[in-house]
Amino acid sequence: MRPTNTRDPQYYHKVVDCQWACPAHTNVPEYIRLIADGRYTESYMLNRKSNVFPGILGRTCDRPCEPACRRVRVEDEPVAICRLKRVAADLRDDVTDLLPKAPELKNGKRVALIGAGPASLTVANDLMPLGYEVVIFEALSKPGGLMRTNIPSFRLPVSVLEEEMAMILDMGVEVHYNHRIESLKALLDEDDFDAVFVGTGAPKGKELDIPGRAEADANVHIGIEWLESIHFGHIDSVGERVLVIGVGNTAMDCCRSSKRMGGNDIKVMARKDRPYFKASPWELEDAEDELIDILVNHSPQKFVVDNGRLTGMVFDIVEWTENEKGRLVSTKLDEVFLPADDVILAIGQDNAFPWIERDIGIEFGEWDMPVVDRATFMTTREGVFVGGDAAWGPENIIWAVEHGHQAAISIHNYCQSVPITERPADGMNLISTKMGIHEWRYSNDYDPVDRTDMRYVELEKRVADMKIEAELGFDLKETAREVERCLNCDVQTDFTANLCIECDACVDVCPVLCLTITHDGEDDDLRGRLMAPAENLDQALYVSEGLPQTKRVMVKDEDLCVHCGLCAERCPTAAWDMAQFDLLTPYAGHESWTSPALAASTTSP
Amino acid sequence: MSYITKPVARHPRMPVNALGLTARDYEGSMSTLCAGCGHDSVTAALIQAFFELDVEPHRLAKLSGIGCSSKTPTYFVRDAHGFNSVHGRMPSIAAGANAANKDLLYVGISGDGDSLSIGLGQLCHAIRRNVNMLYVMENNGVYGLTKGQFSASADIGSTSKGGVANRQGPINPVDLALSLGATFVARSFSGDKGQLVPILKAGMSHSGFAFIDVISPCVTFNDHKGSTKSYAHTREHMHEVIETDFVPLRAEIKTAYAEGSVKAVTMHDGSVVRLRKVDDKYNASDRGAVLEYLTEVRGRGEIATGLLYLEEGGEDMHGFENTVDTPLVKVPYETLCPGSGALSDLQKEWR
Repeated sequence: MRPTNTRDPQYYHKVVDCQWACPAHTNVPEYIRLIADGRYTESYMLNRKSNVFPGILGRTCDRPCEPACRRVRVEDEPVAICRLKRVAADLRDDVTDLLPKAPELKNGKRVALIGAGPASLTVANDLMPLGYEVVIFEALSKPGGLMRTNIPSFRLPVSVLEEEMAMILDMGVEVHYNHRIESLKALLDEDDFDAVFVGTGAPKGKELDIPGRAEADANVHIGIEWLESIHFGHIDSVGERVLVIGVGNTAMDCCRSSKRMGGNDIKVMARKDRPYFKASPWELEDAEDELIDILVNHSPQKFVVDNGRLTGMVFDIVEWTENEKGRLVSTKLDEVFLPADDVILAIGQDNAFPWIERDIGIEFGEWDMPVVDRATFMTTREGVFVGGDAAWGPENIIWAVEHGHQAAISIHNYCQSVPITERPADGMNLISTKMGIHEWRYSNDYDPVDRTDMRYVELEKRVADMKIEAELGFDLKETAREVERCLNCDVQTDFTANLCIECDACVDVCPVLCLTITHDGEDDDLRGRLMAPAENLDQALYVSEGLPQTKRVMVKDEDLCVHCGLCAERCPTAAWDMAQFDLLTPYAGHESWTSPALAASTTSP
Repeated sequence: MSYITKPVARHPRMPVNALGLTARDYEGSMSTLCAGCGHDSVTAALIQAFFELDVEPHRLAKLSGIGCSSKTPTYFVRDAHGFNSVHGRMPSIAAGANAANKDLLYVGISGDGDSLSIGLGQLCHAIRRNVNMLYVMENNGVYGLTKGQFSASADIGSTSKGGVANRQGPINPVDLALSLGATFVARSFSGDKGQLVPILKAGMSHSGFAFIDVISPCVTFNDHKGSTKSYAHTREHMHEVIETDFVPLRAEIKTAYAEGSVKAVTMHDGSVVRLRKVDDKYNASDRGAVLEYLTEVRGRGEIATGLLYLEEGGEDMHGFENTVDTPLVKVPYETLCPGSGALSDLQKEWR
């Protein structure tokens, strides 16, 4: 095999499973170490650099990092990464002086952002410091998009939301509230914008077109619209018996909101069984903790209306089997009537672009969605960009943030007449953590402690008021315990082949059988003849150059390494080092990190 | 010396042996030897051998004397019995323990200082008595604990770390064991587990004194250019005379060798050791020929390795002493020591 090129930033990046899985590539291990050091402000700012909304995301993130966490493979429960992010946000000092500032002197370019959700706000965050004049058009009276209207305040206090949005808007963003763009053509024609970014989300809740829908309308609500009405105080109560249709995260927010608005007998109705639920496991748990029933295999058939008023719904009780094509098909077993005062529909969201004319050079493709380039976020009309849920349908906040970063790079290039395909490259720093013969600049002692459970406000109090944040967050003791669970996957086992004397010390000491010295071979051949077979094909094999004495190679299966550093401690020649990897991610206005001067700053043997 | 202990995290798909144990269950404390010490590799090889032989930890007695090598029993099988004796006296402790309870597996770990200087007499007599044990001599040619003076196994011309050449001839442990009539004599290298592990397993299954000289480089004081016990020198001059394949009892023989090139020896416990000659004229059961061959190899500046001599079926210490089949610890005290009355009766017979 060709020796692994560990100087390609993506090799070690992939070893940092959480960072690799995070759409915005947040440097998780480093921010956890900063929390461990009590440097909450620095941890917050490190987060903010990549994910822009640490306080919001520390409460609401979909956490793609957690299932990816190495701890899942070594034990079973990931580090509580998201909850630790909240710790940094909760305990930080005032960061005003550390925030990016917009220069007095503008660069003469005007950019319009449509919608004031996380995608647009990220674009503004990246472009304002570069001197752009950024103008946001928002249909509602307040910014935030779905972060505001769809996430109930018992999960995300409004104060947290507003503070983090203010960090961006206070740079001098011009926002037009209550200004719904009804025609993109008009905007492009009339106003003098150098670029336009569409970040309008997926604002249309799906309908359930079954008998009785129209008659029952007064008591049937579209989930996301209903949540928005609650946020703006248009409604403050719900019937005692509530049926929530659908079992995604919006459904969880709807049922838990119902609980706080007078609902007593609340049922979440799922068509399929648990393995097919769309909601995050922790959101399901939270709902069930609040004594909400989740009924599986119930397929809605009709709304029942009596005297012009909804009395309940009829469901088929079904069983799912795979047909010969491998698709799931349902068989009706029974039928049941469930009484209800209100029904909330949370079965998905659609995009809606009635306001984009089809003759202005923006091509529309499948499902009537604009065609958007996956790398540049530009539509088929130059200068018009799309990101967030508006681009390819509902995702989540952290994806919207990453779309915003990438779109900002494109907009910047576009406005500076640089091809938008010329994107600045990632770089890396790699710095030894060695402090003494057996001392490292990180906590390398593996701590087998279990994941720390979140504490909640007690149930009665919590459901009494919509505004009480349900989760209490970690206290200092819990934080101190949880940070030690992080395996510091960014502290890389960095190998220098020509120093190795093949004494086997590293191979012998490795607690998880990562290392093997063997004769060279191709990847699939090597995987079968290591100290333990390397069966996880998602994880790379590191292969060194030929070793000096026998020309065999050092092979490391990255799958289970707990980064304890014992290979480096037992290495007599320092062929192994524990080196901290820092991915250098460029944002709008940055040069590529691979310029010669920067490359020289990485340690090389 | 590492400040942390080895993480409890282990590979979730580690193989388990017949006792349901993984190799990690045969570990001991963290090593306090220098990083890269050959002895740690020997420890790892022993752990692998115990694991593969399904050794019950409480049926193992590990013994040692003094020296770097003699620290190592602490680093494997934490649940086994152990005895750390006075310098060079491990063989007599082992002989005594074995006399009392011949049912345990005895593994003695010693070094070139412990075995060839202060304990030379002890080693010779353990071989003479054919104490049923595995005797591993970790051989690095220097006194590591006292900062690298030449030991009795240092070759003529081999230089110290300071550059001074050794002028006294070495005691060759393999020749010594052969000449004293040892029934199992091997030499191996800490850096070659593929060779070492089967030899260790064969040694544990051998009935009688199994002597293994393991070249185990001292990375701190004897791994430089000019040393004849360094990793590089050993690798360059190693000459594998015999390939050893250990087949445990009831296991299927899988590796196929060309007919005539393999000699299979059935051990006391029913397992089979298969010796494949790398050199046609080699005969691992002819003591005189082996000595002659080894002298010739040494003359070429090479280090002969492998299970060099094997003679199964001889009498061990208990055979010579004609002891009862039951281990003495299990013989009731009244039987072992019938009292002064019985002694008087015995003496009366001779009056």
